[in-house]
Amino acid sequence: MEYLIGIQMKHDYDKMFKLSEKILLLCVGEAGDTVQFAEYIQKNVQLYKMRNGYELSPAAAANFTRKNLADYLRSRTPYHVNLLLAGYDEADGPGLYYMDYLSALAKAPFAAHGYGAFLTLSILDRYYRPDLTREEAVDLLKKCLEELNKRFILNLPSFTVRLIDKDGIHDMEKLPIGPK
Amino acid sequence: MYFGMNEHIMKQVGIRGKDIVVLGVEKKSVAKLQEERTVRKICALDEHVCMAFAGLTADARIVINRARVECQSHRLTVEDPVTVEYITRYIATLKQRYTQSNGRRPFGISALIVGFDYDGTPRLYQTDPSGTYHAWKANAIGRSAKTVREFLEKNYTDESIASDKDAIKLAIKALLEVVQSGGKNIELAVIRRNQPLKILESKEIETLVAEIEKEKEEEAEKKKQKKSS
Repeated sequence: MEYLIGIQMKHDYDKMFKLSEKILLLCVGEAGDTVQFAEYIQKNVQLYKMRNGYELSPAAAANFTRKNLADYLRSRTPYHVNLLLAGYDEADGPGLYYMDYLSALAKAPFAAHGYGAFLTLSILDRYYRPDLTREEAVDLLKKCLEELNKRFILNLPSFTVRLIDKDGIHDMEKLPIGPK
Repeated sequence: MYFGMNEHIMKQVGIRGKDIVVLGVEKKSVAKLQEERTVRKICALDEHVCMAFAGLTADARIVINRARVECQSHRLTVEDPVTVEYITRYIATLKQRYTQSNGRRPFGISALIVGFDYDGTPRLYQTDPSGTYHAWKANAIGRSAKTVREFLEKNYTDESIASDKDAIKLAIKALLEVVQSGGKNIELAVIRRNQPLKILESKEIETLVAEIEKEKEEEAEKKKQKKSS
């Protein structure tokens, strides 16, 4: 006997948190922990800006987040969240930071969390180059989504895409995947 | 203790316009070798609220820090930015607490708090060391505050604050009444609706002072002509 399984996740849930004008935090994991932790980090980054008159750099924000996550991990109330932090620094340029729920931090050229990572990381490995242009990077992202559409069990109808450059955060059109 | 305090305090003026709030502060002339930018009397508490203080700078640092934390804490718990009245009440409550317990002394600062609520209403509040606060349309604190307030009472009309520029000019005019050396000793900050705090550069202030002087001369000319005819 054959069965067809179609599983649909909620597709209007925005998991990205704007920490500052040029830093985005993507936070996934335990329900509730995600929003609680991300909003806490978000407000503390804003507080730094009010106190000091300028914004935290992406590297500093990433390390601040890591320290907080590590401290909570070693308390009675750990947060079970996986994070990707993306930002643009005037001096160092764009940067992507991968953080997992054990508070391991790594600066990476590309990264992914979740079951989708099993499929997309190999695509990224194969086609990523350090000198990608903006269009090429978006195409690479589209390639990853095509792969997910082909091989991933869950139906993921739309992806929210945001881009960070020297001018700040830009919303791009939602990338739809589905039957072509 | 608080009556005499006014004499040493630098003059400050706050004006509530229609789409703008203005804070003007008399700048103490700094020593030759001192870096000017470290003497800042106007501080942002959040993106839509700022305050100017007069009194003990060290005490002010503490109050401002607590207020800034409270602004973010409020955003975290209720997902809304603070209203100007809320943060004024918070600061005033903090000050009052220190007047009623042992081992502590009151915060030696008066503050002018300006900003916009999230429904777009402009607000101006004043607090003093005792912990009381009041809302104002325009106010002054510091030396000769009474003179400045009388000037404002005469000159604060719907016309005089009709545009953003007019409100700024009114603040400068009010300060010029009592500040000795003119534009160089004035520090001015404005918040426009939905825009962050902007501190005017000395060049902009000089231009506005020049305009005001010109207008004064023209007024004097007109009066002379009227008398002679």
